[in-house]
Amino acid sequence: MSEPVFYGFAALTLLSAVAVVGLRNPVHCALALIAHLFLIAVSFAFLGAHLMAALQIIIYAGAVVVLFLFVIMLLNLGADPGDRSGPGLIAAAVTAAAAMGGVVGVVVWRAVSVAEPAGRGLAREEGFGSTVEFARYLFREHVVAFELTSVLLLVAVVGAVVMARRDPDEAEG
Amino acid sequence: MLFAIGAVGVITRRNVIVIFMSVEIMLNAGNLAFIAIANHHGNMNGHAIVLFVMTVAAAEAAIGLAVILAMFRNYETVRADEIGLLRY
Repeated sequence: MSEPVFYGFAALTLLSAVAVVGLRNPVHCALALIAHLFLIAVSFAFLGAHLMAALQIIIYAGAVVVLFLFVIMLLNLGADPGDRSGPGLIAAAVTAAAAMGGVVGVVVWRAVSVAEPAGRGLAREEGFGSTVEFARYLFREHVVAFELTSVLLLVAVVGAVVMARRDPDEAEG
Repeated sequence: MLFAIGAVGVITRRNVIVIFMSVEIMLNAGNLAFIAIANHHGNMNGHAIVLFVMTVAAAEAAIGLAVILAMFRNYETVRADEIGLLRY
């Protein structure tokens, strides 16, 4: 895995994220979001998380973005000229976000540099990133959370249906 | 960096759907950090956390889009600054 390729993909990822935020038409934003999610999946694969890369494509690019596009088309949205805030607010937002990103970046950098690295493939366990190893972690150490997510998904689905449903009286009238 | 871009999106856009996409970008930034640090430490707990984040993000997207649908039905707008009421 060559580093220039990795950095090239990282740059493309950032570019697509800017496109999601910057484009005017919501459909274009959603398409940029698809590109962004695929590029994130590429990064995952580079970092040894192949199962996560596959899941990223299936769940996000497959399900979530389709949901987004579906709602955009249902609402029949086009480019909205008044969508953007004023230049003052944009400047303030960029400043605040840069500060926030700086803080997060410093924290992550410290976390990476202070902690003892596993060594490039030396102390790493056999089969890092494999589905078998992942299942071992998931079902030994995170069983409760795993079961709770199923309940969460059920609640989310029921809640979404209840909220998106038309009122029966309203539909008749 | 990705997190910052997503945050800019949340703050500056008024279309709630684009705000939603920006939130997804921020979640992905967190996921990427988890995977990177898991790779760095050779510890796969981060992968399990990422799976949970993805699940919660999918649930959040479903709920949020349902809210947007209900909102559009009642107010005929997707501009976040035109919605001031929390009750119907």
